Amino acid sequence: METFLQQLINGVTLGSIYGLIAIGYTMVFGIIGMVNFAHGDVFMVSTFIALIAFLALTTLLGIPSIFLALLLVMIIAMVMTSVWSWAIERIAYRPLRGSFRLAPLISAIGMSIFLMNFVQVAQGPRNKPLPPMLNEVIYLMGEPGAANAVTIAWRQIIIIAATAILLAIFWYVVQKTSLGRAQRAVEQDRKMAALLGVDVDRTVSITFVIGAMLAAVAGTLYLLQYGVVRFDDGFIPGVKAFTAAVLGGIGSIPGAVLGGLLIGLIEVMWAAYVSSDYKNVAAFSVLVVVLIFMPSGLLGRPEVEKV
Amino acid sequence: MAPAAAPSRLQQALRDAAFAGLVTAALSFPMLAIRVESDMNNRLVLEERWPLMFAAIAFIASARFLASMLDDWRARAGAVAGVWSMLLGAGLAWFTTGAQAALAPWFLGGGALLLAAALLLFRASPQEAEPASGAAPAAASAGRFVTLAGFVALGVVVAYPLVLLGWLGPQGSLKWINNYGVQILIYVMLGWGLNIVVGLAGLLDLGYVAFYAVGAYAYALLATTFGLSFWICLPLAGILAAFWGILLGFPVLRLRGDYLALVTLAFGEIITIVLTNWVELTNGESGISSIPRVTFFGIPFTAAPDGFAATFGIAFSPIHRTIFLFYLILVLALITNVVTIRLRRLPIGRAWEALREDEIACRSLGVNTTNTKLTAFALGAMFGGLAGAFFAVRQGFINPNSFTFMESATILAIVVLGGMGSQLGVALAAVVMIGGTEILRELDFLKAVFGADFDPSQYRMLIFGFAMVAMMVWKPRGLISTREPSIFLKERRAVAGALVKEGRG
Repeated sequence: METFLQQLINGVTLGSIYGLIAIGYTMVFGIIGMVNFAHGDVFMVSTFIALIAFLALTTLLGIPSIFLALLLVMIIAMVMTSVWSWAIERIAYRPLRGSFRLAPLISAIGMSIFLMNFVQVAQGPRNKPLPPMLNEVIYLMGEPGAANAVTIAWRQIIIIAATAILLAIFWYVVQKTSLGRAQRAVEQDRKMAALLGVDVDRTVSITFVIGAMLAAVAGTLYLLQYGVVRFDDGFIPGVKAFTAAVLGGIGSIPGAVLGGLLIGLIEVMWAAYVSSDYKNVAAFSVLVVVLIFMPSGLLGRPEVEKV
Repeated sequence: MAPAAAPSRLQQALRDAAFAGLVTAALSFPMLAIRVESDMNNRLVLEERWPLMFAAIAFIASARFLASMLDDWRARAGAVAGVWSMLLGAGLAWFTTGAQAALAPWFLGGGALLLAAALLLFRASPQEAEPASGAAPAAASAGRFVTLAGFVALGVVVAYPLVLLGWLGPQGSLKWINNYGVQILIYVMLGWGLNIVVGLAGLLDLGYVAFYAVGAYAYALLATTFGLSFWICLPLAGILAAFWGILLGFPVLRLRGDYLALVTLAFGEIITIVLTNWVELTNGESGISSIPRVTFFGIPFTAAPDGFAATFGIAFSPIHRTIFLFYLILVLALITNVVTIRLRRLPIGRAWEALREDEIACRSLGVNTTNTKLTAFALGAMFGGLAGAFFAVRQGFINPNSFTFMESATILAIVVLGGMGSQLGVALAAVVMIGGTEILRELDFLKAVFGADFDPSQYRMLIFGFAMVAMMVWKPRGLISTREPSIFLKERRAVAGALVKEGRG
């Protein structure tokens, strides 16, 4: 029971990060119907930006409060990563509207390979470990030091709280602002939205920027949680976040969050109770099974194929 | 002159260049300008590299400026190359000393010449309108030219190891036959195998390396456990891989294009994870070593009295095995090619290509899409398996690190850059991409320019990735996009790729 509760907390922490990345996949898929394969690598770029910003703020500028530093790091990462995502959309995806079916996906795969290797060349192939931060834990059950104690670390609280706050802001933007309305309109019918005066190109760009911002938040939180980044860190979390988006029903934003939490829980529980060597197999198997047997996911609309 | 209200061409170009430079600055500010390194105490420190960032800005902004100023693509390419060369020369003169700085005038002068030549030759030439009506006959002769070029290339490849052997001797030619010949031909074969799946049937397979791994492990395990010879294992490896292709294909082939890509990606990853963790069978990360070497149909390539050299009465040399491997992979690759070309003309091949163009139309016309996809998938898998068995016998050692997603991505990049569906294009792409990056390593000239620790193979995947994007944006049908119709009525009329608009199924 204690193990289960502990794993539940760990799973929700991990799932928050996946959920934030998954929103980027699901929004882009909803609006232009492509799998943005490079999104995982955008997330990876954001972890590097966050790492550099964190080191610059703490060592060069000497900001004393770690919370203030984290907040600044998150904002810097969000801004910088959105430029990356905007540029990627502009260079690699926008010229391909109306090209053949597989062109955007192939272009996205190329972009993903490019980003991964660009970071490897620019930042070096080795792990970049930070000393652990905010390790103090709160005991929810059991005494300190007991084997069956259930704990939650400060950084886990920050991760879950930051995710919740950002999701609330994001939800407000999508549901209540004219920007969100334009986005939903383009999602429903691109041509009709354009005829009614929605700037489709701009809306798509903003979708990529929002996705990148959430990925950057996930990147900062990932850095906080694991403290280690590497140039190929985008691939596996990217595929898992895509799995989360598919599991929740691709195109559905609450679905992406739900899927992220479920994937986080599945992964953590699998590692705890079955085998930690095969924990990635669990996530990949979920992807395969969901796509084959339940392609519209938990909260998605079934897809109708039109000629 | 342009009216005052509208910005002049120069103003517009300057504005474009400034914007591109600004974006580059924003992109490269933390990622290029600052590098995170571990110091002696394993703590992370920041290392500042501002010149790199300014170089990136200068390169991108100048290219954008020239692209806005010039209309003709030849003028653009020449001018950009010239200006970049001059920038490189300026950088060398500014930041380096000694031998590196001594090269600067050459870059400056050469760049200036190139720029002047590009501007003088091509600037005045008006935009040529594409002769739409003349495209078809031109394409027909281009198709014949492609066939001819294929045969010439084949002749060159067949003669390649023997010419090298005669020219450089057994010692000198080993590297060229092994690193360039065999290595490239493996990728040619993998590219042709994947081309059946991606290029002909239009199924994006991101886990092709799984079948390559199945073939390699099939041979390695059968040979080390049961002592079976390579010549028995080779067809077995192919059959096993095809079987896996069918097994995986059955559930996944109902999926639409991009979902299929991700499921195959997941399968590829699962296979790698299993190969890494199922230590009892595969020996995990440490891999399987001492895999039996290839034999000349039973005669081993050793110095022993029953070896190849003694049997044929020639002096023993390890080059014999390498040359034999070269011709073996050449034959395997050619089998892939011939089977593909012949199958394209059969109903099944025509069904593949129809499926690629429009799946719904296919189903409406009564094509069994599941069977059609499965055959393509299984056939592609089989050739992947054969290539895998060859890889295992050539290396003598395999471990899961040879079968990562990057390998799948490399093969996919070769197929995409070759122009999906074109056999000669795929072969050329493999030669350029694999051979080209190997050649770059040989060039001492590059080391002289970029410093002694410059390793071009680092940039291989970087270039691959970027080339894939550029290809999709610029020529989605590939460099050789002209193709002969697989089947024709009375008259052979080739279709230029530009005229074929792919259905959005």
